[in-house]
Amino acid sequence: MAVVLHKEYKVLRDDYGSAGKVSSDIKQTLNSIGFDPKVMRRIAVASYESEINMLIHAFGGDITMDIMDDGTVTLVFKDPGPGIPDLEKALTPGWSTASEKARAMGFGAGMGLPNIQRVSDAFDIQSSEAGTTLTISFRAAQ
Amino acid sequence: MTINELIEKTGWKLATTQLDTSIEVSGAYCGDLLSWVMGNGEPGQAWITVQVHPNVIAVALLREFSCVIVADGANVTDEMVQKSTDEQLVMLESGIPAYETAKVLAALGI
Repeated sequence: MAVVLHKEYKVLRDDYGSAGKVSSDIKQTLNSIGFDPKVMRRIAVASYESEINMLIHAFGGDITMDIMDDGTVTLVFKDPGPGIPDLEKALTPGWSTASEKARAMGFGAGMGLPNIQRVSDAFDIQSSEAGTTLTISFRAAQ
Repeated sequence: MTINELIEKTGWKLATTQLDTSIEVSGAYCGDLLSWVMGNGEPGQAWITVQVHPNVIAVALLREFSCVIVADGANVTDEMVQKSTDEQLVMLESGIPAYETAKVLAALGI
């Protein structure tokens, strides 16, 4: 498989004013190449949740998107910490460590990672104090 | 039912006065927790919420809602209206609680 399109983005910590900008660009990019709308909507949900997680919980981070020649889309969200102390809890629906500030804006439902896991075709998360890397993939519509 | 027909029948305020209201409303979703809305909303629905933070606009666009209906008199700021207009997202204000707003939509067959 070869990469046909590669994009990189940066997310800043607590940059609530820009929340969703990366996800919007990802969706627009997929839309512009005629990507299947149903898969695109799943990607939009996952990218938004991941982008928000990076902004709320991490010290910002980097996002890459690779679209392969078979239509597979892989998104990688890599942040420099502080890491997720208990991954099992973080993947439990309803469990959240979001700040009061984030909750006041409607974040912190504890549905971020569960939503991402549910809509992705492949999901991998590695976390330590040095940072978290989330890799998710979506197969093209058959 | 289109947003325009909805406004005619309810008298709800159109905050984004410059936008096209001929868009079809296919249903509704009610919620204020953004991840619940992202995870459970469907394209074409009207989203009833009391959240008026600009992130509402990002979620509504990504979820492809037909419009946002701000309930309960939550304060829709000029900044919100401008951003929503810039992003082509129709925003209404029902002026009544979310439950009452949903009841009206249900009574209209939405």
